[in-house]
Amino acid sequence: MDTDLVGERRAVISGVGQSDIGRRLYRDPLELTVDACLAAIADAGLTTDDVDGIATYPGAMDTPPGFSGAGVPEVHEALRLNLNWYMGGLELPGQLGSVINAILAVSAGLARHVLCFRTVYEGSAQGTKGRSAVMPGGGGSGSGGYRAGGFMEWLLPYSAPSASTWIAMIGARHFHEYGTTRAQLAQIALNARKNAAVNPKAIYTDPMSMDDYFAARMISWPLCLFDCDVPCDGGTAMIVSRADTAPDLRKPPLAVEAVGTALHGRPGWADYPDLTTMACHDAGAQLWSRTDLKPTDVQLAEMYDGFSFITMCWLEAMRFCGKGESGPFVEGGERIARDGLLPLNTHGGQLSAGRLHGFGFLHEACVQLWGEAGERQVPGEPEVGVACAGGGPLGGTILLTRSR
Amino acid sequence: MTTTGDVPFRILPRITDRNAHYWQGGREGELRLQRCRQCGYYLHPPGVICPKCWSKDLGVEAVSGRAEVLTFSVNHQQWMPGLDVPFVLAIVRLVEQDDLRITTNVVNCPPEEVAIGMPVRVLFEPHVDEEVWIPLFEPAS
Repeated sequence: MDTDLVGERRAVISGVGQSDIGRRLYRDPLELTVDACLAAIADAGLTTDDVDGIATYPGAMDTPPGFSGAGVPEVHEALRLNLNWYMGGLELPGQLGSVINAILAVSAGLARHVLCFRTVYEGSAQGTKGRSAVMPGGGGSGSGGYRAGGFMEWLLPYSAPSASTWIAMIGARHFHEYGTTRAQLAQIALNARKNAAVNPKAIYTDPMSMDDYFAARMISWPLCLFDCDVPCDGGTAMIVSRADTAPDLRKPPLAVEAVGTALHGRPGWADYPDLTTMACHDAGAQLWSRTDLKPTDVQLAEMYDGFSFITMCWLEAMRFCGKGESGPFVEGGERIARDGLLPLNTHGGQLSAGRLHGFGFLHEACVQLWGEAGERQVPGEPEVGVACAGGGPLGGTILLTRSR
Repeated sequence: MTTTGDVPFRILPRITDRNAHYWQGGREGELRLQRCRQCGYYLHPPGVICPKCWSKDLGVEAVSGRAEVLTFSVNHQQWMPGLDVPFVLAIVRLVEQDDLRITTNVVNCPPEEVAIGMPVRVLFEPHVDEEVWIPLFEPAS
């Protein structure tokens, strides 16, 4: 492999941080953001003077409420940074695409230490009325004159405002083609809940049984309530640094081995050629083409579970099992447990730890590789971990190693 | 959006020059899609250039309205007030072209009788005052 063509190897992750996480904190989202950012900067042994880049998804947005706690300018202003590079945006290979941008920036020598962050406050924004309070056309928004535009014009008139309905159809096709069952899909939720029980910041920690799963109300078949993540409030941040800054850092950084960002199929939620998978399929393939490591080398996998079925797609996309075989792979839950073959979503995922929207997976992968996961630590001092985020026509993945 | 007693709840699309053929063809009972005049490729959602031959000579044509259900989900969640549940959301493939898909509702059929592979045909739900005719699909006998 010509490593000049794997420029991401010049990047490392030098620190991570998070704010308080809660179901509804009712705190200023910029404050949550700054808390997370300052924690990450300190974790790396740096000061704000050292930070010369910012990367964030999705950038500042007013709607839907709670989706974005801050954009680049607010953080730039709040921390009085001097920036050599920055980006904030929505149209990326998944939410971690912004971190991948940061990786590219340091690899290209544009910046030395890039602050990456994502803050949500969907819990308090939705309040107790639930997601319909912030849906277009829902809950007293004076929506008599509302007309759907953009990509939603092809979905909203058919009463499909939620990704749950779009992902459900892909799941249904997977069930049809491969014989996947709800009892297999349930393992994603059951595994997440087990891990959340030992994560002090997780939202939902009460035990969940298979009977509980099947008693839950159906949202959009085959996805039931427990297949859908829980909105919350919280900020997550990390520092992406150039690899040669290691002597300046507080602890040995995590090496970026490879990333995957590809999307080869059409970018519509219903237009990907293979209706049993998604963009993750291409991102995973690209990642494995950029490293000599193999799926069998991976010792922990933090993979997007905004809806449980997306995790099934990531398992196949990252080749932890064969195409269409995610059902048998997760059956019974042993392989994906913290003491199993491939510990999965060790913090409880978005299903139980909270919808931090992609960044929680990278945070958890780092915490685990640094051996700082406390009661939920994967045993055996894992050295190779992967973080994957995004669903539908969005997917990005980052492979990390503890030492190079 | 309409919530009158006569017509079911729908959020309506914003009509533009580019999409009007799809949302208003039902006025004449036709499902109309964009089609390249040079190579015959159907383009949906509609665009500005043919991705097969790069011609900008895009026209609009009526299609047969016949399709096959590729996948579907029965939705139980009442996303908006006034929305009747359960209902079926489906991805259907139009017979004219292999990659020609529409996300739609399958209606006039109990949800439990919808199946992957089922042949369907288009019908239109009129919203006359708003000048929108929503293409829907029902079982083709």
